[in-house]
Amino acid sequence: MKEKFNSIWQRLFGDSVRAFGVVSIVFLLSLAIAPAKNFFSEWRHYQHGYLRMIRNRSEANTLQRHFKSGIQQIWLPELGVVDRCTSCHVGLNEASLTDVASQPFRKHPAIPHKLDEFGCTVCHRGQGAATTAAEAHNSTLAWEQPILPAKYVESSCGQCHRGPLSGTPVLNQGRYLLSRYGCVHCHTVKLPDGTTMTADDDPPSLSHIADKTSREWVFAWLKDPQAYSTTATMPNFKLTDDDARDISAFLIANSTAVPGDAQAVSAKADPTGGASLYGESFCASCHAVQNAAGNMVGGNVGPELTRVGSKVKPEWLQSWLRNPRVYDPATAMPHYRFNDAQVATLSGFLQAKTDSDLLANVHLDAATPQQITHGKRLVSDYGCASCHEIAGIKKPENFAPELSRIGSKSITQLIFLPGMPHTLPDYIAGKIKQPRAFSPGLRMPQYTFTTPQIDSLTTALLALNDRATTLPPSLAVAATPESDYQPAGKAGKLMSDLACFSCHRINGHGGDMAPDLTWEGSSVQRQWLVSFLKNPNTLRPALIRRMPRFNLTDGEINDLTDYMMTVYQNPAVDRDSMPLSGYPQGQVELGKQLFYGKYSCQGCHIVDPKSDKGYIGPTLTQVGSRLTAAWIYQWMKNPQSLRPGTVEPNRAMSDDDARAVTAFLISQKGGGSKETAKK
Amino acid sequence: MNRSASFVLVLIVAILATTSCSKKNEAAPLPKPTAFGAAIVEASGGKQVAQTGTPLPQPLVVQVNDGQGSALAGALVEFAAASGVVFDPANGITDSSGQVTTNVSLGGMAGRYQIIASTTDKSHKKIELKVEEIALGYQQNLGRVLADQYCQRCHNSESTVERVSNYDNLEVKPHSFTEGDTYNKISDADLTAVISHGGPALNKSALMPAWGGTLAKGDIPALIAYIRAVSDPPSHDAGAVYAKLGRHRVR
Repeated sequence: MKEKFNSIWQRLFGDSVRAFGVVSIVFLLSLAIAPAKNFFSEWRHYQHGYLRMIRNRSEANTLQRHFKSGIQQIWLPELGVVDRCTSCHVGLNEASLTDVASQPFRKHPAIPHKLDEFGCTVCHRGQGAATTAAEAHNSTLAWEQPILPAKYVESSCGQCHRGPLSGTPVLNQGRYLLSRYGCVHCHTVKLPDGTTMTADDDPPSLSHIADKTSREWVFAWLKDPQAYSTTATMPNFKLTDDDARDISAFLIANSTAVPGDAQAVSAKADPTGGASLYGESFCASCHAVQNAAGNMVGGNVGPELTRVGSKVKPEWLQSWLRNPRVYDPATAMPHYRFNDAQVATLSGFLQAKTDSDLLANVHLDAATPQQITHGKRLVSDYGCASCHEIAGIKKPENFAPELSRIGSKSITQLIFLPGMPHTLPDYIAGKIKQPRAFSPGLRMPQYTFTTPQIDSLTTALLALNDRATTLPPSLAVAATPESDYQPAGKAGKLMSDLACFSCHRINGHGGDMAPDLTWEGSSVQRQWLVSFLKNPNTLRPALIRRMPRFNLTDGEINDLTDYMMTVYQNPAVDRDSMPLSGYPQGQVELGKQLFYGKYSCQGCHIVDPKSDKGYIGPTLTQVGSRLTAAWIYQWMKNPQSLRPGTVEPNRAMSDDDARAVTAFLISQKGGGSKETAKK
Repeated sequence: MNRSASFVLVLIVAILATTSCSKKNEAAPLPKPTAFGAAIVEASGGKQVAQTGTPLPQPLVVQVNDGQGSALAGALVEFAAASGVVFDPANGITDSSGQVTTNVSLGGMAGRYQIIASTTDKSHKKIELKVEEIALGYQQNLGRVLADQYCQRCHNSESTVERVSNYDNLEVKPHSFTEGDTYNKISDADLTAVISHGGPALNKSALMPAWGGTLAKGDIPALIAYIRAVSDPPSHDAGAVYAKLGRHRVR
């Protein structure tokens, strides 16, 4: 062995010339390593592939001219972006390469931003400065952010765009769910604009719960809220029987009575009138009931009522129907002003909606003081007071980890489940899907989110990251701030009593179920508003959600009407500038022709119930008794200027056309023929 | 140490390395079929539309039939598609009604995805069913949102509780956006004209209003991109079809 080695040594380094030659060759070879690595680099391979691909295309010359060889990069110091992705993704900006299925050469799909102004990693994450596919796309030791999976890509829009966008339904949904399911009760979310996200789920106060329901129901609910109502917001805390027993014991013992919220009415119920009163009062606009086929029928503003008879006490329900604001001053439920007979009838109808299985197996002995004390401890342990108001228990601060920068959380700080991909999105989605799988001791409850809901929540959370927080203010697109508008005075009080804002929006505040009333004073005629409040009829035949009748007194109607006619005025519409009648017959005729011909409004509206069938817009048979002429005119000119987002198309009518259509519509007074017939 | 010893050592290291790598790729074993069908057909869930990377709204249900054409329980069905498409589950044994149900999430690129559901017959030959699903990119999806807001009340004849269709009330019936035979003949320029100036721009019904003053810049290209993406038969602008194996176009 040794001899052999010696002979090789002799042959290579035996004399100085030989040694010099060998060392030179080794030196030259080592110098060649760098150019060789460059020559065989991955990006060069892709660029060659690109050139081969475009050779056979008809527009090869144009593509060839646009092609730049070598490493390309997009450098945006303001965003901290150094993206070399375009070294391999060569055709991203080539309009003609939309049909290329082989990556990385396809044109980037159309988006509202220029790639050169935003780079790639702002939206897709990954390591922009890397020059190999593996390092750019995957997580490495030095760079733990891999490419963001496509289903979460809208989170990147959310870094700059703080409000909803029509092109980002997933992100919008995720942000909505964060507040709708009360995630932010426990998890603080400070938004990049400095505000704190607020919850929108309205959890009821539990301070007076014994007035409303039984301990047995509380127990059954705590064990499985979805067994009572499949649409319940409350998640399942997976409590043991003992824990649920003790918490129910504490909540009932802790409850204090509200004066006047459990008074039964003496009137007799009409056993057959319940269903029609429920329908007439449009309870289904807000409350859902599961029908025999298992489908939910009704709205989701209030709680589901399928099994309400197994929950509430009859005397509480009657007081609630008489005036819900006695029990809960802030409820979204209107004060209907039912008379005692109606209260008795409606409560009888609701009380019959029971489910005998719900409480069949719940047998609780009288609570012991130990159970109550233990229940109180559990209520603090599980953070019940984070959502619910509970007398004697303070809302805990920072009950759960803050999520303001969850989208940049380092994966070294996360504990993954076995077999789970080690990425942040997978962790967040897994945690939402099954929180207790990560540790049985965790207090985070089990929600019943669907996969798309989990994906949208994950998308919204990923948008809460370092880039969103440190973004140059010039690039941030602010959200429209939620207004806290409240009308003043007597009418204002009446409007909160009737919970108008549960459905209507005024000056940016309120729900979106019913029309925006911000300009109602310019829009409608006083007489119409009075009669509508007295007896609301529907304007849109296709709608199932309608305005209920509140049995208002004449005085109340006057107060409301006066306020709305005076305050809710649009500066661009002077309602006295155009008369409500007396337009020349020729102009009315011209308007009619325009209505049925040029503009074909009958596609969506009904003026003549015999011939018109349009179902989308409001019925216009009586529009001349409802709207002001000045409003109709302005609406014809530019509907979106009066109600942003309305479906009514802006037809850019000339002044003459708009005036003629106004003259025609204002002549539709409705009921006119009947009155003459009576006379 | 002699040469052969070091060679063996290197060999052992190499074997260890390859086995430890291949372990990662090992798929769960396939369930054992108890029956073999003669045909595989789609029960429901084809030609659905979803955003890229997201699950389809409805699961894909396929059915295996025997020689007489009646449903067959106990047959193995496997699903395959281009990389990026996720099946939950990726295979299954047909139930008593002869069906296997899977939830499909489409890949990250916009376009049509070909899904192959396969089963084996008695002679162990593969029988395949090809189903297409559609993934919408940003622009097409924006178009879908706009179409739902402005167009579908008339263009979609299906009525739901939340959105009652106006289709039956119109004298001249609007075309459903999936009607490729109609839309594929209309150029982008003509579609732009009819959307912005209304039906009369193409000598069509005036019941189709002009939307040019209502829609924002970029909305009309988005609507057209959506119509091109969902049309059936596919438009020439529908983009690539992604299929199993190879990234080339199938069509």
